[in-house]
Order: sequence, then C-alpha cells, then structure tokens
Amino acid sequence: MTGTLPTQATGELSAESLLDAYRTMRTIRMFEERVHDEFATGEIPGFVHLYAGEEASATGVCSHLDDRDAIASTHRGHGHCIAKGVDVKAMMAEIYGKRTGSCQGKGGSMHIADLSKGMLGANGIVGGGPPLICGTALAAKQQGTGGVGVAFFGDGASNQGTTLESLNLASVWNLPAIFVAENNGYAEATASTWSVASDNIADRAAGFGMPGVIVDGFDFFAVHEAAGEAITRAREGGGPTLIEVKFTRYFGHFEGDQQTYRADEVANARENLDCLKRFRERVTGGGEVTDEALDTVDSEVAALIDAAVAEAKDAPKPSQADLETDVYVSY
Amino acid sequence: MAREISYREALNETLRQEMERDQSVIVMGEDNSGGAGSPAGEQDAWGGVLGVTKGLYHQFPGRVLDTPISESAFVGAAIGAATRGQRPVAELMFIDFMGVCFDQIFNQAAKFRYMFGGKAVTPVVIRTMYGAGLRAAAQHSQSLYPLFTSIPGLKVAMPSNPYEAKGLLTQAIRDDDPVIFCEHKALYDSIGEVPEESYTIPFGEANIVREGDDVTIVALGRMVSVASEAADQLASSGVQADVLDPRTTSPLDTDTILESVENTGRLVVVDEATPRCNVATDISALVAKEAFGSLRAPIEMVTAPHTPVPFSDALEDMYIPDAQRVINAAKSVVEWER
Repeated sequence: MTGTLPTQATGELSAESLLDAYRTMRTIRMFEERVHDEFATGEIPGFVHLYAGEEASATGVCSHLDDRDAIASTHRGHGHCIAKGVDVKAMMAEIYGKRTGSCQGKGGSMHIADLSKGMLGANGIVGGGPPLICGTALAAKQQGTGGVGVAFFGDGASNQGTTLESLNLASVWNLPAIFVAENNGYAEATASTWSVASDNIADRAAGFGMPGVIVDGFDFFAVHEAAGEAITRAREGGGPTLIEVKFTRYFGHFEGDQQTYRADEVANARENLDCLKRFRERVTGGGEVTDEALDTVDSEVAALIDAAVAEAKDAPKPSQADLETDVYVSY
Repeated sequence: MAREISYREALNETLRQEMERDQSVIVMGEDNSGGAGSPAGEQDAWGGVLGVTKGLYHQFPGRVLDTPISESAFVGAAIGAATRGQRPVAELMFIDFMGVCFDQIFNQAAKFRYMFGGKAVTPVVIRTMYGAGLRAAAQHSQSLYPLFTSIPGLKVAMPSNPYEAKGLLTQAIRDDDPVIFCEHKALYDSIGEVPEESYTIPFGEANIVREGDDVTIVALGRMVSVASEAADQLASSGVQADVLDPRTTSPLDTDTILESVENTGRLVVVDEATPRCNVATDISALVAKEAFGSLRAPIEMVTAPHTPVPFSDALEDMYIPDAQRVINAAKSVVEWER
C-alpha cells in the first residue's frame, strides 16, 4: 500500500488554522535558529540537535491532535514539543539548564517533556519512543477516549528492533497508533540510503500489515493530509499507519557537527524546498491569508523567542535542594 | 486454622482482587492467557507460563493481553500506558530476558519522574521470575535483581513466601513508581498462610523473621527460608540468630539492619546473586560504614560463585547457597577471635 500522495490544495483548512500552522512552523524555525546562534556563544550546555527544515512534519501531524493524544519524540525533539503545545519559554529555560525549565533543568534538550500536554518527552535513546506509544495508544483504547498515539522517529531508529517490534505489536493489538518516520537523509553521519536496506522506510509497513505512505516532508499540506487520513483511521478503530516523511535537516546532527559528509543539499533545500516559503507562497497565492498577516506572525514569534532567551538567561539554576528530589513519587 | 495457599495462588488472587478493585489494572505478557489466535483451541490455555494469570482472561474481558514474543515492545507499552492512566502489570517471563528490553526499563520508566522534573507518574509493575534450582541453565536461572536495585527510579520487591507475595504485589500495583517484582521460580508451589482479604506490605520495611542476639542473618527472596532453616539448626547448637528479610532491596530498610547488627555485633548476608556488586556487598558496605563500632567479627557473605548458572544438577546444587553454608558462615563469625 506504499505510495506517494499528491500534493493537495489547502483544502478544508480555515484561515485561522492556516495561520496557526504557520505560527507553529515559524516558532520552531526561529527557536532552532536562535538556539543555533546562542549555542555558538558557549552559554548552552550539553548536546543540542536542531529540527530546522523539518517543521512541516511535526506541525502537519500535530495540528490534528488534541489532549486525548500523546506523542513520543526523539533527540531532535524541539519541533515536536512546540507543535504539541509545550510552553516555548519553559523549553528555552530547560535548554539553558534553568529551574524554570519544562523539567526544572533536570532533563535538558534531549528530554523536554510535558505530560499534561501529552508530550511524552524528547528521547535520548534512538528507538526509545515507539514502544511507549504502543502503550499510550493502548491506554486510549482501554479508556475509549478515541485518542491516538504518535511516535516520531528518525531513519536511524527505523533500523532499531524496538521500532520494528512496535510496528508489529501495534498491528497485532490493532492500536490507534501512527508511526512517523522522519527520514532526513542521515542517521548522525550515515546516509539512510546506505543504512536502510529497503528502498523506503514506508515499504516496511507491508511487512507489519499496515498502510505505508511516503510524503514530501517540505510540504505542510502533504504531511497534513497523510496524517489526517491515518489519524482518522486510527480514531475509528482502523489500526496503525506508517508514514515516511522525507526531507533534509538544515543543521548538523548536533551543534558542532562539521557536516563534511554532505554537499550542497542544505543550500538547495533552503532555497528551493523550504516548508515556510512554500507555505507562504501557497496560502498567499490562493488568497486565503495575506502577506501582512504572516508578517505579523513573524514579528510576534520573533518577540516571543527574544523574550524566551532573555528570561532563560536570567532564570535561576537548580540548587542543591533540587539534586535528590523527584526520583520517586514516594520512597 | 488460617487458610493456606501457594505462592502462585497468592499472586493470582492478588491480581484478581486488584483488577476487581481498579479498572485501570491490566495484565500483559507472553501467553498470559495462552491460545490467542489458535483456530480451534482453548483461550486461557496456559494462564502464563507460570500459571499465575490463569482464569483472569475470562473474568476480565479485554484486560488480559497476550503479546508476541517481543519484550521491548510490550514492556515499553506497559510503561507508556502507565503514563496515561493505566496500572499495567507486565510479565517478563524470566528475569534473564531483561537483556532484550532493558532500555525501556532503565532509560525510560526509571528516569521519567526525575528527568521530566517530577511531573511523570509511571505506576507500572514488571513481574519477573528469577533464581536457580530448576535445572533451567545459564539463561533462565539468574538472580539479576542487583542490577535493578542499583538504578535510581526503580523499586525492587522480592517476596519470600505466599503471604509476602500477596502483600507486596498488592503494594506494587497500588504504588505510583515503577516496581520490578522478583518471584523466585522455586517458590511457586510453596504453601503458606494467606488472608483472603486484600492487604499491603509497605516497601522498605524489613520483616524480622526470627529474633536472636548472637548473629544477624539478612537473607533475600528464597534465601529467607534457607536462612531460617540454618537458624533452626544454629539454635540447637546454642547460637541465636536474628533473621531479617528486607522484602525490598530498593528501598532498603537500613535502620532495621543496623539496629540488629548493633545488637548482635555480627553479620551474615545470604544472597543468591553472583558475588560482585550484589545486595550482599551493598548491605555489607552499609554495615561496615555505619555500624563499624558494633562489629565484633568480619562480615560474611554467602552468595553464588562468580560463574554463570550451571545446568548439571551436581553443579547447580553446589552453586546455590544452602543452609549448611549459612551455618558455617554464622559459626565462623560467632567463633571469630582477633
């Protein structure tokens, strides 16, 4: 059942929904570009993996989700967090290791989570999320909420046993689960054309008895449509879907990656494929949204990111009193 | 006379009572009912390879889930479901199989609460069978609870008899933290008094199995009955042992252990695990540091040797700590002179 979906018109989306989607994608872009700049100053500790370039995936999928639904993410998780509604200022504070962060400074970039939003965490373990999402989907099924679980994972995780086991279990249990393989071309510095033995990750869906779909990851509308179909099917009891989203990340595997393994694909993507540019052209060309309205979103998001960085820098770090708290609920 | 049932029956009754009490309790594992997908055969054919979940499938429709042989997926699913309002009890058939799903346990479940800033609650129970004695050889006989004990965020329970099994499993299911529940495979048919009504045994409170002033014997899981047998024989030769069952290795009731050693001045720890970095070394280090002044003899540890579990009965019987080794250790510390 693998196939490439044609790019559709803006369809059913209202002007308000289009602006929301644009705001989410722009927020992710500006957040990541700002983290890139700030990381270079040396003020941000640890490892940071940026999602810029991939915004249409998180946004196109999560725009269908609500409080009934849970997602699991990856080490490249900022975009999924923002798209699922995690507070941007708390995220930035977390990345700076501050007590005001989403996880009180105990998680960091690779573990930002907000369970109240159904965001089960960015995850430092490649392939860590899919089994968890089988569980959140099972919980939704047990409780009859109509909720779904969405596991975002990369081309690297598509080769992990946990992911393949989860695809099988989701089919065996007929779970309301969606597996979104974000194929950005490289697992760290290894090309997915080399590490994935099948032509496409989505081809593997057939082996697990579920539909597999390939979409252009630079096209919000393509992702939105494919995700909508899969999520509707899952909510109605039709079981899981594997969606492969193909695109390129704009930055290295981690901040500091010299990226000598790739040539000019990023410049080409930024110039010719960029999801935000294409979105703007589409919605202004069709007259659904004006350039002015989008410009307003741009300046509001820029102000938000400025404030997030300023507040994060000013915020207190955790103290000695925080070191040994919250290991257990009770002990 | 109080009712007597087996360890297996006590676990089954606990699951039944907790599933009746709380709709969010679900059970999953390989062949937890057994017979799934068989065109003609019986569903609930097995009730788990251990028989612990027998009968639950029909009583609780949709809440006893058979799984593929796919421990990473279903243990992870239990953990994920726990974050979304369920209280799953997953059966990891043999503790040895943790090797194929350990990431979900120690990188995911154990870390959520701390790593997410205290906002996650993951009330999952992973029931698992450990221990030697059934000629099950190197990959089905290990005592790997020290690995879980060393990981912050996990609790580890080790019921030593049917009464303990029911009270500790009830507590584990109601507990809001991830619990690794270690059942010794040689105990399933052991019989003991178990109340019919539900009860909990708090974690981190040792059971004083027997009181004595000459030597403290701390024993874990199946080793509690081995230590008790040793204590009976020691008593006949005039040595009175304080026998402690910590019940949980995490949390560990350090106070009761230290109080006992402060009284007896002598410590023997009986641990079926291999000797490096096990619970015996952990308790010994605790006592050496916190009760050094009370010690009247070196600490003795009775453990398995630093080898895989052997298959041949001749070797396996030598491998497992027995009462005679406990007696020898206790006598050596009682008779020790500088």
